[in-house]
Amino acid sequence: MKNASALRRAVRAFALLVLAWGCGPAHAHLNTTGVGPLYDGLMHFLTGPEDLVPALGLALLAGLRGAPSARRTLFTLPTAWLLGSLAGLTAAAANAGTLAAACWFVLLGGLVVADAKLDLRSMTVLGALVGLVHGYLNGSGMGLSAAAFVAPLGLSTAVFILVAVVTALVVPLSAYWARVAVRVAGSWIAASGLLMIGWSVRGV
Amino acid sequence: MMAWPRRPSTQALLLLAACWAPAASAHLQQAEAGGLLTGLLHPLSGLDHVIAMVAVGLWGAQLGMPAIWVLPVAFPLVMALGGMLGFLGVPIPGVEVGIAASAIVLGAAVAFELRPPLVIAALLVGCFAIFHGHAHGTELPAGQSALLYSLGFVIATGGLHALGIGIGTVHSRPWGRQLLRAAGAAVSAGGAYFMWRAFA
Repeated sequence: MKNASALRRAVRAFALLVLAWGCGPAHAHLNTTGVGPLYDGLMHFLTGPEDLVPALGLALLAGLRGAPSARRTLFTLPTAWLLGSLAGLTAAAANAGTLAAACWFVLLGGLVVADAKLDLRSMTVLGALVGLVHGYLNGSGMGLSAAAFVAPLGLSTAVFILVAVVTALVVPLSAYWARVAVRVAGSWIAASGLLMIGWSVRGV
Repeated sequence: MMAWPRRPSTQALLLLAACWAPAASAHLQQAEAGGLLTGLLHPLSGLDHVIAMVAVGLWGAQLGMPAIWVLPVAFPLVMALGGMLGFLGVPIPGVEVGIAASAIVLGAAVAFELRPPLVIAALLVGCFAIFHGHAHGTELPAGQSALLYSLGFVIATGGLHALGIGIGTVHSRPWGRQLLRAAGAAVSAGGAYFMWRAFA
């Protein structure tokens, strides 16, 4: 009985070993499958503050304004970002990205600090503007190629995820101090924007 | 929950594996990440900055609502203006004196439990923020991302304010009030020391 159990264990171990050796390539690095630019777009958004912070600011503002604004921004911003990116693909690379981002930092950060009571229509317009401007600047830097059409999808996916996560965290906040903490974060965004304007004017 | 292995041989193997771990090098200290790290560390690298920032939080906590959050919101915004002047190369005379004075005045405000109107308190804090921002702005290391450097020092400054507010919550306890006043006196004394150094 004991020998039979030991035999079963040995067979299972052998089977696992064979499975481990027999595994095929994972194709986890998607350059060869054509999906690589999707992740390039996603990572571009997540690794650079110029695009990430304005989207974060808008998500904080939408969260402060409540569930309807959050839901509207969740779809407006990524869609506008996608359309802007696609439109920008055919354009020459624009150099105004830093200054544009700085202005959005100040505006969106200021609105969060002030806890501005924007209605749903204003939030929609604001989300569309942020998405179109940043998307266009992103797209214009990519250049026109077959692979470049996939990258905007990655960008807008990342925007969608960020807005979904941030608004889901902010909308339920009802405690006074928690909403104040969001507004303090807005002041940091606005302050960074002011500094960014300084160094973009200086041309660092 | 996973149980901790009891067999000494397994424990020894785990220890060996832990010791064997090479450096992850996940926190890059060059290029963009370097700018963020430098910015985060810049307000912490000077004790004069640290005590003044903590004093802002202490005073805000002592004054209560709404100063507890108005002062930490006003400070980074005005500090950014100072930083912008620094980036642009616009000189401000006596920056070190201004920073030391901020510690003296804000520490004294906590020590004496001064309760000016909110606008006056915000203006006072804002005036001193210009000096702190200018010092940060002029010391951007070459080759680093100014944006991430800016984000870093704004976040670190906010963290120091939060620390001050956290310490300041002792104000509500019977013994805390005196402790807070003593902390204010210590900040003020520290400021006096930095003032002496600025002129030495």
